[in-house]
Amino acid sequence: MAQVTSPPEPAEVVSPAPARRYSSDAAGLGRLRAGAFVAPALALIAVFLVFPALWVIYLGLTNYRLTGVAAAEPQFVGLDNFVKALTDPEFWDSTWLTFQFVLGSAVIGQVVLGFTLAWMLKDRRGTLKSVVEGLVILAWILPSAVVSFLWVALLDRDAGTLNALLGIPGFAWLLDYPMLSIIIFNTWRGTAFSMMLYGAALGNVPPSHLESARLAGASGWQQLRDVVFPHIRGHILTNLLLISLWTFNDFSPFLLTAGGPDGKSEVLAVHVYKVALQNGDLGYGAAISTVILLINLVVAVFYLRLLRSKK
Amino acid sequence: MVLRKRSVVAVLAASALGLAGCGQSSGGGGGDAIELTISQNAIAGGKNAAAADHIANWVIPKFEEAQKAKGKDVTVKFVPSGVDDEQYKTKLSLDLKSGKGADVIDIDGIWAGEFAEAGYIKPLGELVGPEAESWDGWQQIPEAVQGLATFEGKKYALPVGTDGRVLYFNKTLFTKAGLPADWQPKSWQEILDAAAKLKSSGVPVPIQINAGTAMGEATTMQGVLPLLAGAGGEVQKDGKWTGASQAMKDTLGLYQKIYGGGLGDPKLQQEAKGRDKAFQQFAEGKIGILLEGDYFWRGVVNPKDGVAKMDDRDQVVGYAKIPAIEPGKGIRGQDFVSMSGGALRTVNPATKHPKEAFELLAFTLSPEALKEETKDGNVRITPRTDVNKEILAGEPLLTYISEEVLPLTAYRPPVAVYPQVSVALQEATAAVAGGTPADQAAADYQKKLEGLVGGAGNIAA
Repeated sequence: MAQVTSPPEPAEVVSPAPARRYSSDAAGLGRLRAGAFVAPALALIAVFLVFPALWVIYLGLTNYRLTGVAAAEPQFVGLDNFVKALTDPEFWDSTWLTFQFVLGSAVIGQVVLGFTLAWMLKDRRGTLKSVVEGLVILAWILPSAVVSFLWVALLDRDAGTLNALLGIPGFAWLLDYPMLSIIIFNTWRGTAFSMMLYGAALGNVPPSHLESARLAGASGWQQLRDVVFPHIRGHILTNLLLISLWTFNDFSPFLLTAGGPDGKSEVLAVHVYKVALQNGDLGYGAAISTVILLINLVVAVFYLRLLRSKK
Repeated sequence: MVLRKRSVVAVLAASALGLAGCGQSSGGGGGDAIELTISQNAIAGGKNAAAADHIANWVIPKFEEAQKAKGKDVTVKFVPSGVDDEQYKTKLSLDLKSGKGADVIDIDGIWAGEFAEAGYIKPLGELVGPEAESWDGWQQIPEAVQGLATFEGKKYALPVGTDGRVLYFNKTLFTKAGLPADWQPKSWQEILDAAAKLKSSGVPVPIQINAGTAMGEATTMQGVLPLLAGAGGEVQKDGKWTGASQAMKDTLGLYQKIYGGGLGDPKLQQEAKGRDKAFQQFAEGKIGILLEGDYFWRGVVNPKDGVAKMDDRDQVVGYAKIPAIEPGKGIRGQDFVSMSGGALRTVNPATKHPKEAFELLAFTLSPEALKEETKDGNVRITPRTDVNKEILAGEPLLTYISEEVLPLTAYRPPVAVYPQVSVALQEATAAVAGGTPADQAAADYQKKLEGLVGGAGNIAA
C-alpha cells in the first residue's frame, strides 16, 4: 500500500555495469524497441488529449455556435473570445468562486479532515476503524447523480431532512448559502482520498522516531510538526496537487445548485457548461476552457516546484 | 497524476467541443425492412406521459399495420426523453449536429430559425418532396399556426398545435379571501389588490409570475412577454428590438411590486427545480395566482396524469384573461393579452428514409391520430380546425382559450437570435426579483441587447 501511493521520486537510475548483449538503458531494450513499447500509449495521448486540447484552442479563435448561422459556417475571430473572457466580470466572478471552492473544500476541508481521520485511526484496529473508513469511502465511490440527489433531499428548504432535524423549516441552504453548501458537500464527498493517502503515508513514518520523540517529552503537536510532517511532506504536496486540480475542474456542484441562484455558485466548470452548451456559444466556451487549462498548468507547476525544492 | 490532470482537461475539451452528443442512429435495416425512430420530450410515467403512451401504444402499431397493408415492412421505435426543455434542446442540437437523432423529431417553434440557419432542419419540400407541400392537412391549419413552422418563407415542419396563456387561480383561496370565484381583473392594479387580499387572508404565496434564468423560456413566455404585451410593448416590432422602453420598465416594475412587496416568493424563482416546485405548491393550495399556459391545465394539474395532480381541478382551478396594465393600453389597444407558441414536428435531414419518415410524421397529425391522442381528458388545441371543432366541445378551458384568448394572442419573433434575447430578459427579471430597481434592470437589459442584435441601431428609440 505504502509503495503504491508514495510520492513520485525522480527515477535516479544508476546503470549497473552493462551486460554486453543488452542495450545500456535501464530496461535493456534499446531505443527502437522501447519506442515500439511506448508508441501505443503516445498515440492514445495524441488522439485523445493533445489533439482535443489543440482543437479547443482553435475553436476558441472562432465564433462557432451550437445553432444558427455560426454553427454552419463559423468565422475566424482572432483573439476576441479571449479578450471577452478576460474582460467579462462573470468570468472573474466564476474564477473567484472556483478559488473559494478549491481552498475551502480541497485545501482546507479534505486535507484537514482526511489527515485528522488518518491520524486518529492510525493505531486503531477492529470494527470502529472499518466502519469509519467504510463510510468515508462510500461517500467517495457512490455515483455523483445518486449522491447529489441525496444532498438535495437533505438540504431542501421545504422538505429537507436537515431542516426537519434542526427544526427550522424554510431555511434555504442552497439559495442563501450556496457556496458553503457545495464546499461542505465536496469536503464530505472527497475526504476519502486524502484519508487513504495520509493513512498510507503515516505508515511510512518509522515508529522508532516517534518513540524517541515521545521519550524526549515531545507533545502531540511537536511530534506532528517535527517527526511526522517532514516524513510525509511529499505526500502532502502530491495530495494537494491532485485534489486541487480535481476540485478545480469538478462539475458536481452543478447537480446541487445548477450554478445558481443567479450565478452565486457558478464555478468555472459550470460556467463553461452554461456558456458552451446551454447558451450554445461553443467558441467562447472553448476560449474559457483554454484559460482554465492554463490555470491548471500554473497550479500544477507551482506544486511540482514545491515538491522538488529542498529534495 | 499528470495523466489524470490531462484527462480532466480532455473531458473539458470534449464537452466544449460538443463531442458528448449521444444520439440514436437512424436505423437502416437490410433488404426491404425499414426501421424508423420517433422522438419527443415525453416519457411514460413522467413528462408528457400521455403523449408518450399515445405514440407507443397507438401510433406505432397502427402505422406499422397501415404500412404492412401497403406491402412495406416498417418497424418504428419510440425514443423517449423526460427533461427540461433547455436540456432537450442541447441534446437535440448535438444529435443533429453529428448527423444522428431520431428520424421524426419534435422541436419548439422558436428553435426553428436557429436550427434552420445551422442546417439542422431542412425545408420539407426539399427533403421529402412535393408531397410535403401538398399535404392535405395544410388546408385545415390556420395561417398564424402555419407561421410557426415557416422560416424565411419555407415550411420546415408540421405544426403540432398551439397554446395560450391565462392567469390561473385557486377558487378556494379566493373565496376565503373574499374574492369572487369568477374573478377577471381588468388592470394590473386589480391583480395586485387581489394578491394583497390573499396575503392578508394567510395565503403563503399570493401570486407567482415566472422570473429568473432557472426556468428558462418559461420565464419569458409565462412572464415577461405577456406582461410586456399588456404594457403595450413587443419584444421586436418591424425589425427593431424593444430596449429600456416605458413598457419594459412597467413590466419589470410589476415584478418589483410582486417580489419586492412580499406578494410572491422570489426564492422559488431561483431554485434549480423552482418551476416544478411552484406547480406542486399550487396543487397543494399554497399559491393563489399563477400565470401559465394551457399546458398547466392539461399536463400539470390534470387529475389523471398530471405531474402535480389535483383531483378537484375542475372545481378549484379558475382562470382569467391576462389584463393590460390599464384597459385599452395593451398591444393593438387591447384590454386583454396573451402569448402563444407551439411545438413543431419534422423529419431529421439525416434520415435514410425521408419519404417513410414524412408518412409517419403526417400520420401522427392525421385527424384519427389527433382524436385518439386527445381523448380521455387529454384534450389540447391541435393544429387542425376540423379536429378542434370536435374535440374542444366539452373542454371548458381549451374552448375558452381557443375562443377568447387566441383572437388576442401574439407570437414571438421567428428569428434566430430570439433565444439569446430571451435569456437576457430572464436575467433582467432575475435581477429585479433579487432586488435591483426596475429601471436599472431595464437599462442593463438594453446594454446586453445591443450586443446581441448588432448595436443600438437595431433597437427602437
